[in-house]
Amino acid sequence: MTMFSVRNLSLRFGGVQAIADLSFEVAQGEVFAIIGPNGAGKTSVLNVITRVFDPSAGSVHFEGRDITQLARHRVVNAGIARTFQNIELFEGGTVLENLLLGRHRFGHGNFFAQWLWTPGVRAAEAASQAAVEQVIELLDLAPHRKSPVAGLPYGVRKVVELARALAARPRLLLLDEPSSGLNPEETRDLAFWIDDIQNDLGVTVIMVEHDMSLVSEAADRVLCMNLGQRLALGTPAEVQSNPAVIAAYLGA
Amino acid sequence: MRFDYDTSYRDGQALLRYGSGRAAYAVLALLLLAAPWALGKYYVGEMTYLFIMCIGSLGLMVLKGYTGQVSLGHSAFLALGAYAHAWMLGKGLPFALSIPMAMGFTALIGLVIGLPAIRVSGLYLAMVTLAFAILTEHVIGHWDAVTGGFNGMSVANPVVFGFDLSGLRPFYYLCLGLLTLVLLGLVNLMRSQTGRAFRGVRDSEAAAYGLGIWVSGYKVLAFVISAGVSGLAGALLAHHVRFLTPEGFGLFLALELVLMVTIGGLGSLRGAIFGAVLIGMLPVFISRIKPMLPEQVSKQFGLEIFVFGLILVLFVLFEPKGINGRWIKLKTFFQTFPLYRKDLFKRGKTYMKSERYK
Ligand SMILES: Nc1ncnc2c1ncn2[C@@H]1O[C@H](COP(=O)(O)OP(=O)(O)OP(=O)(O)O)[C@@H](O)[C@H]1O
Ligand SMILES: [Mg+2]
Repeated sequence: MTMFSVRNLSLRFGGVQAIADLSFEVAQGEVFAIIGPNGAGKTSVLNVITRVFDPSAGSVHFEGRDITQLARHRVVNAGIARTFQNIELFEGGTVLENLLLGRHRFGHGNFFAQWLWTPGVRAAEAASQAAVEQVIELLDLAPHRKSPVAGLPYGVRKVVELARALAARPRLLLLDEPSSGLNPEETRDLAFWIDDIQNDLGVTVIMVEHDMSLVSEAADRVLCMNLGQRLALGTPAEVQSNPAVIAAYLGA
Repeated sequence: MRFDYDTSYRDGQALLRYGSGRAAYAVLALLLLAAPWALGKYYVGEMTYLFIMCIGSLGLMVLKGYTGQVSLGHSAFLALGAYAHAWMLGKGLPFALSIPMAMGFTALIGLVIGLPAIRVSGLYLAMVTLAFAILTEHVIGHWDAVTGGFNGMSVANPVVFGFDLSGLRPFYYLCLGLLTLVLLGLVNLMRSQTGRAFRGVRDSEAAAYGLGIWVSGYKVLAFVISAGVSGLAGALLAHHVRFLTPEGFGLFLALELVLMVTIGGLGSLRGAIFGAVLIGMLPVFISRIKPMLPEQVSKQFGLEIFVFGLILVLFVLFEPKGINGRWIKLKTFFQTFPLYRKDLFKRGKTYMKSERYK
């Protein structure tokens, strides 16, 4: 069943055509990878989905709803959370505080109740902490719970960002190069986690990824982009053996 | 040596989870309550002034320290609060009504300024708020009918439910009480969703949007809260000085407020208090040591500004996290004794085996 689709999407930056008439569909429960050479427009696709940019043409549909015009801060409420290619953490906070921000979209009492720190607010805060602990458990972040994120190693910071997105309880998770900068060991953990996210949490995943071994292992289908266009779409094996894809990667 | 050992989520929520912390604050409260009976008149007045500055500093901290928006124009919000309050008292409104209305008025102005101001940030925002302060000072100076212009405006005594609180000690307790209320309210707000969202907006707007934080909404909200709290500081300051003139709320006050939050430690309410106490005491301190200085130095015009600047530079160079940062280090030293390492707070460069593996 199609859960998410992009139809005839285009995005221009002045003279640069970042996305050119791109269409694809993602099924419920799928892990869908987007690959392509540098500057292919992969991040731009995620940015259009999360409303960072207005597309110049085309539309984005999620769970039967057109979300092309949604306000940027309402995307997560629709059920879509994301991570960033260049880690975007709240540097002033601890791991716990970052994850609690992931829970922002859930109620934590109205403004005046917060001002008074009412029992209702306290209960909501405790409930959010409990929810965050589940994510901490899932991604093995317990040793870093109270560490300031600014001092954490790069690999852990990436996991914190993933955890924060999961804390928002999305139904669709967008990952922008989750394995870049990770060592092989961490990448292997990541593959297992993506599997957990897909199978245990039932979250659909779209991930932009360079590491083909991770793509082959984790993804059900792969979209290869070049110059904003769709070059190939299919199983990891099909796409990897596609001559056009090979040509694009070899720098045609 | 002390370890945090949470056994329930409530443990992590507690403000003062250890007996030692509670005892320290109890002693502080007793000292502050007893101070007017132990100190001379002059010092009681000075401490009252410090309480008012603490409220002003807290107001700016919400905006600058928590959402990362600079304002070089917060003197204007104090001025608006002071004049609005004095004007309403003059019209016969009771103090208990005039104070919240003055706060509401400055909060409303905060909204009006915030809506356009959040479109810019950094240096541009500094300039917009500076322009606002200059404009406000100008309007107050020339709107004689309401503000008395440059001739000034006298302020009626604070009479709360029939009790005249204009005396030195009653007014001290009034300011201390209101400061406590503001501080507790902000502590609560900053540890709940709103405060987290503020810090989120400050640290990464992209991530904040992605998690459902309405960035512009929270930026404006910070302006509104900040302006309202500053308005309260202004209203109390009106009683402290008893006679309002536009010069009393000039750019020097705006600068002092910025110094308070910066030197105190951005992003910390405790820092706002530390900064306000230090910067608020500085003029008195300088005037005290002036007679001891050589003639060429003490006669210099602008000695205060020079000392302010010097302190700012020293903090930026040696303790960018402000007095609060120093405080936390000191506390950690005692709590982790004897394990404290000198580089404990050095920004952790913890490398993994193969950092940035490609
Ligand atoms: N904000 C922007 N303003 C102007 N041009 C942009 C902007 N963002 C992206 N581009 C351009 O759009 C094109 C696609 O960029 P995009 O970041 O989507 O590529 P990518 O596939 O994610 O590449 P990489 O693998 O390097 O991350 C590039 O030519 C880039 O220069
Ligand atoms: Mg990219």
